[in-house]
Amino acid sequence: MTGPDTPGPNPAALTPNGPGGAPARGKLDLDPEVVRKARALAARAAEPVIRMARTHTTVSVERALLRLAGLSGADADGRPWANHLVDAVQAQVGLEHGVALPVWDALNTGGHGSLAELAGAAAAGRVRFRLPTGADARTAREAAHGAARGGVTRIDRRRAERDRMLKDVGDPDQPWIYLIVATGDIYEDIPQAQAAAREGADVVAVIRSTGQSLLDFVPEGATREGYAGTYATQENFRLMRAALDDVSRELGRYVRLTNYASGLCMPEIATLAGLERLDMMLNDCMYGIIFRDINPRRTFIDQRFSRQIHARAGICINTGEDNYLTTADAVDAAHTVIVSQLLNERFGHEAGLSDAQLGLGHAFEINPKIPESFRLELAHAQLVRELFPDAPLKYMPPTKHMTGNIFAGYLLDAFFNLAGVMTGQSIILIGMMTEGIHTPWLSDRDLALENVRYVRDACGGLAEDFVPRPGGFVAERARRVLSESIDLLEKVEKDGLLTAIAEGTFGVTRRPPGGGKGLDGVVERADGYVNPAIEILDSEDPHAATAPQEVPA
Amino acid sequence: MTADPLTGTGTATGAGTQAPAEPADTRQVIRPYGDTTGDGLIQMSFTLPVPAGPRADAAALQLAGKMGLDPASVVHAKPMGPDFTFFIVYGRTGHLIDYASIPVPEGREYPLLSAPEINQAIRGALGRRLVVVGACIGTDAHTVGIDAILNVKGFAGEKGLEYYREIQVVNMGAQVTVEELVERAKAEDADAVLVSQVVTQRNAHLHNTKQMAAAFHAEYPTAVAAGIGRPLLVVGGPRFDTVTPSDLGVDRIFGKGTTPSEVASYLVHALLPAGAASGSEETP
Repeated sequence: MTGPDTPGPNPAALTPNGPGGAPARGKLDLDPEVVRKARALAARAAEPVIRMARTHTTVSVERALLRLAGLSGADADGRPWANHLVDAVQAQVGLEHGVALPVWDALNTGGHGSLAELAGAAAAGRVRFRLPTGADARTAREAAHGAARGGVTRIDRRRAERDRMLKDVGDPDQPWIYLIVATGDIYEDIPQAQAAAREGADVVAVIRSTGQSLLDFVPEGATREGYAGTYATQENFRLMRAALDDVSRELGRYVRLTNYASGLCMPEIATLAGLERLDMMLNDCMYGIIFRDINPRRTFIDQRFSRQIHARAGICINTGEDNYLTTADAVDAAHTVIVSQLLNERFGHEAGLSDAQLGLGHAFEINPKIPESFRLELAHAQLVRELFPDAPLKYMPPTKHMTGNIFAGYLLDAFFNLAGVMTGQSIILIGMMTEGIHTPWLSDRDLALENVRYVRDACGGLAEDFVPRPGGFVAERARRVLSESIDLLEKVEKDGLLTAIAEGTFGVTRRPPGGGKGLDGVVERADGYVNPAIEILDSEDPHAATAPQEVPA
Repeated sequence: MTADPLTGTGTATGAGTQAPAEPADTRQVIRPYGDTTGDGLIQMSFTLPVPAGPRADAAALQLAGKMGLDPASVVHAKPMGPDFTFFIVYGRTGHLIDYASIPVPEGREYPLLSAPEINQAIRGALGRRLVVVGACIGTDAHTVGIDAILNVKGFAGEKGLEYYREIQVVNMGAQVTVEELVERAKAEDADAVLVSQVVTQRNAHLHNTKQMAAAFHAEYPTAVAAGIGRPLLVVGGPRFDTVTPSDLGVDRIFGKGTTPSEVASYLVHALLPAGAASGSEETP
């Protein structure tokens, strides 16, 4: 068991960066007993799923081990060596013992110079894998352990590098301004990302190519073609991080880079993100299940590994609760956001993520035609802020009610910014008045930043003065959403999370544990399953590692 | 919203037209309205890739002039970084539109419905969920198209068919054989079969679709029409613009940029009795 931060609100920190002044029970006077009960229910609901994740592996978890050990590259058709190697092991000896023993046994005994050579030979059908026993098993295990340790150490170094840069270059104040680039071509993305940083972005997200979440492999190399986004590859990560390092030094503030650890290759992409010093990753506990029809079991197993890596790498995850509000009504479904956040928090803590790494998501999506919609938004945003006082909350702008009337949209975005400032949100994704019309133009971004700057400067420390009247509309609404969350958590805990998902409790879709994409890549671990990466990640405090100080090449 | 009917520069229409106050009997001449009939005032905003300053303003005014605005004024110019300037310009356009000569654009053959309207129509007319089976057939592994239409995630800001409570979606994914598709469609008692074809090498998309359609027609020999004795057959992909549905043996082809609600509305139109959709009977 790792030693994650104890879950639970820190009463001293009402806003993570703001000047204190928090009353002991927060501005909403939430009953601490009720909050404790919500967390306890979430923990109980998560427990069987965590047990399942700890007793199973997937093809992508196994490939992630190989990538952590340094395996990269692909055959002439673009099929990665990691896939070839895992497929060959699975076909010959099965995956229930993990790939570590068969692979490093073959490496030790077969005269292959490297994992890539071994994978090439395996792809050509020239390797006979076996499950070694006795001394051979011990030798293979040690070799595998050394290779995994090498990868974890590289991740530790990247984390130390980030810490150094944050100290030397400077860490911007929250709320961080989060902007998106998405051209499909990494070499177009780079100047756009640098321009976005110069325009004021503290966080740059490179949207992935449509459908990458459903690919069961990670593409290789620098890519110049994508559908409405750019492929997540190790080389694209490296190129973009280097470009943002340059612009961070130029601007005197560290510009964070975000990508997506979601879909069928979640563990591998998390690993590549750790190896290339990405700073934030979208990583939600149920998004892929509900919105992408990825098998629930596959998702939860992959997710645990990916979060362990994120914890170790100092990466802040961003969860996707905003998505629930794009499919369901933002008032009726407000409590599903809270329930999902509590589950995301629990799964995150269990995997070793600290509160500072939990970028829990929510959104400003209430229909502006509803009377008092802004008051309701404030209640929801403040509730999330108080339930998760130390989490860098990610607040998403309106999308559903952006109609093409850019003037009305600009106003709505200003109210979103106002709600964000008043309730002390940490990461603000900047709303575009042209949302739903086109990917943002240069002028759209500029106007959006002007909007957020005005609101931020005009409000200053308004969050201090925003104290909802006890028993008033905002406080009562928050209390009601919390109480509905408890009701839903009780049902989820009673029925089981997988059953709840199967019955369409989240979003509107039914996702049975036996359906969806990627189930064939799920394998129950046998006694004697070996995965040195998981052994390291399970047994060490992810935040205590001191990386060897070394200047990167 | 605005199908742009202007093709020429407008000088011809503008010439000789004095005042729009007395339009000819058969013409309905209009121009934009600011606060007075016939003032022709419009607003626009754009970015020029030059540093801000008097020269940039002059360039903006020249552009406005070339766009037919006279007089024009730059009311706002703002530098965006060292190399770009954003403008807001107002001006009077000289162009006139003969509104009477603009035909009413031809719409799609069915009305576009909202999700509640679609759900209500299905509930009312079928009394059960409408079953859709989707797949990428042949060797095509590109599920982008079928997923955009079927997955809740959807496309272009619209949720996919899974989002509709009254539509039951079976997404078989990629590389499905025609036999598997027919078998599944029968087993699910599908109302509609959706097939996506992206790969066009050696016209694979056309061959695959024809083969699929032939298999369904053979499997349901007594079918009277789509939805009566056999499922509705729908194919989608970016390269079907040269063929008609009857060439392929399917009921409908959807091209690039099709959104889930267009498909859902079509299913309602094609499978449910006329008038099942609440409200309008707007037949163009």
